[in-house]
Amino acid sequence: MSTENPTASRECQNTADADSVGLVTPKKQEFTEPLQLACGRVLQGYTLVYETYGTLNTDRSNAILICHALSGHHHAAGRHSPDDKRAGWWDHYIGPGKPIDTSKFFVVSLNNLGGCHGSTGPVSINPTTGKPWGPDFPPMRVRDWVHSQARLADLLGIEQWAAVIGGSLGGMQAMRWALEYPERLRHCVVIASAMKLSAQNIAFNETARQAITSDPDFCGGRYLEREKLPRRGLAVARMIGHITYLSDDGLANKFGRELRTGSFQPGSDEEVEFQIQSYLRYQGDSFSSSFDPNTYILMTRALDYFDLAREYKDDPVAAFANASCRFLLVAFTSDWRFAPDRSREIVNALMHANVSVSYAEIESAMGHDAFLLPNERYEGIFRAYMQRVAAEIIEEGRYAY
Amino acid sequence: MRIDLDVIQDWIAPNSRVLDLGCGDGALLEQLGKNKNVIGYGLEIDPEQIELCVERGVNVVEQNLDTGLGNFADGSFDAVVMTQALQTLRHPHEVVREMLRVGRDCIITFPNFGQWRARWHLAFSGRMPVSDLLPFEWYDTPNIHFCTFRDFEVLCKQNDWTILHRQVVSESKIGVTFKDFLPNLFGETAIYHLTR
Repeated sequence: MSTENPTASRECQNTADADSVGLVTPKKQEFTEPLQLACGRVLQGYTLVYETYGTLNTDRSNAILICHALSGHHHAAGRHSPDDKRAGWWDHYIGPGKPIDTSKFFVVSLNNLGGCHGSTGPVSINPTTGKPWGPDFPPMRVRDWVHSQARLADLLGIEQWAAVIGGSLGGMQAMRWALEYPERLRHCVVIASAMKLSAQNIAFNETARQAITSDPDFCGGRYLEREKLPRRGLAVARMIGHITYLSDDGLANKFGRELRTGSFQPGSDEEVEFQIQSYLRYQGDSFSSSFDPNTYILMTRALDYFDLAREYKDDPVAAFANASCRFLLVAFTSDWRFAPDRSREIVNALMHANVSVSYAEIESAMGHDAFLLPNERYEGIFRAYMQRVAAEIIEEGRYAY
Repeated sequence: MRIDLDVIQDWIAPNSRVLDLGCGDGALLEQLGKNKNVIGYGLEIDPEQIELCVERGVNVVEQNLDTGLGNFADGSFDAVVMTQALQTLRHPHEVVREMLRVGRDCIITFPNFGQWRARWHLAFSGRMPVSDLLPFEWYDTPNIHFCTFRDFEVLCKQNDWTILHRQVVSESKIGVTFKDFLPNLFGETAIYHLTR
């Protein structure tokens, strides 16, 4: 993930111990109180898997919630074992001395309901049938996740988050937090996100879903019961998604028209394969062996359905008038899936709603994926903002005594 | 503390909503927040300045003034402020018009190109003035639309903009002595308070 920037990866190696949260062990929390869902159905009981980094202070005022994106999960930072090849998905931004500084904050990162990394979802057993939920798992909306996250906060004794932070679909959760539980967060950090998806975005998601559901092994979503897996469909879905998370320039810089095999020499009829082809196939294949197709469908639908201001008569200013936290918005210049204009719409609505907001538009060729990758300016702004959040906690602590 | 910031603060009512165009490091908005309980937003394009604003806890939005203020509703601010940025704009008069659409009042400061040093420099060396205040050569300067106090007042008259106050600032000894007598010759910076 950090191979793009040789300087940054060298730094990572040199300080691997000092700025990593180190070894982490996921925790499991059972919830027995039924959860009313936005779709009208009720989830009788459920499990949430989560990780924490750093230490909760005595005032319980330094907690940060990380909301994950489409294919994310609870493992945001550190490693599960010493020989773990990959660190958590946001390891570059969470750790001691990093923008989300675990020497100052207590960070909570969970796998959302409907996920496939340990929290209750389509791969879990439906207690009423004794079989995997599969396609019968209730559709999730962003607010359902927010309510389940609030229950996790209750259990952890966190009345108010110092900040709720998320990129992409995670940013949607962070914004929903600000409207649903305005008193329960002091800051909201929304990165590369939008108030609602565009038609083009929904179109990409639908194409991805069609790739999955048209795989003969999909079996109407009951592939687990039939001991099958629509791998090819999921791989194609991921390939489509992956292209849209990168930029034209980013792909050109990384692969150009380089060939992996074959040649265009006159007289050569060997099949030509471009580097980008094999890269995409690799991405698709590795994803399809670690992610659940039904979860992919559920998550993309949650993205499509989200519309921040729908219940506020489509007026985002009226929606944000309910917020009482401060906001940081960040977008990336080459991100065409969640373009800077989408973030600007949020910023404009917040300013007209008299809510505090800062916004930075980061120069990057990495497309939507930029929010996960090293970038000096992004880090600088993120760190500066989070240091203010940390300073406030100390100031408020002083007033309290 | 800069003199012009103090003057601006005096002209801003407590609890106002203030938009600061080209807010720099956010010093003015920080001061207004502390002393006048103002809710303010700064617009800035320089990444370093944006980060300084965030460090101060000042609201800053990355936005290029040359693309206009079309994202702000009519009358959505009590005051729109612009310090030392007028001369850097592609269309200064259109930005002032926009400021008066978005805000009830607007406060503008700019360096006086009619100040005697600039006149002296151009008249006797025959070259564009370069000074401590304006340390750029003509070809690399961000200051592309210089004007004098008189030029600006002509613009206001042509557009029927009302000048509520004008304060002339000078830091040199000779300027302090003569700025009230011959402002366009001795004033270094002007602070104008306009309304529609």
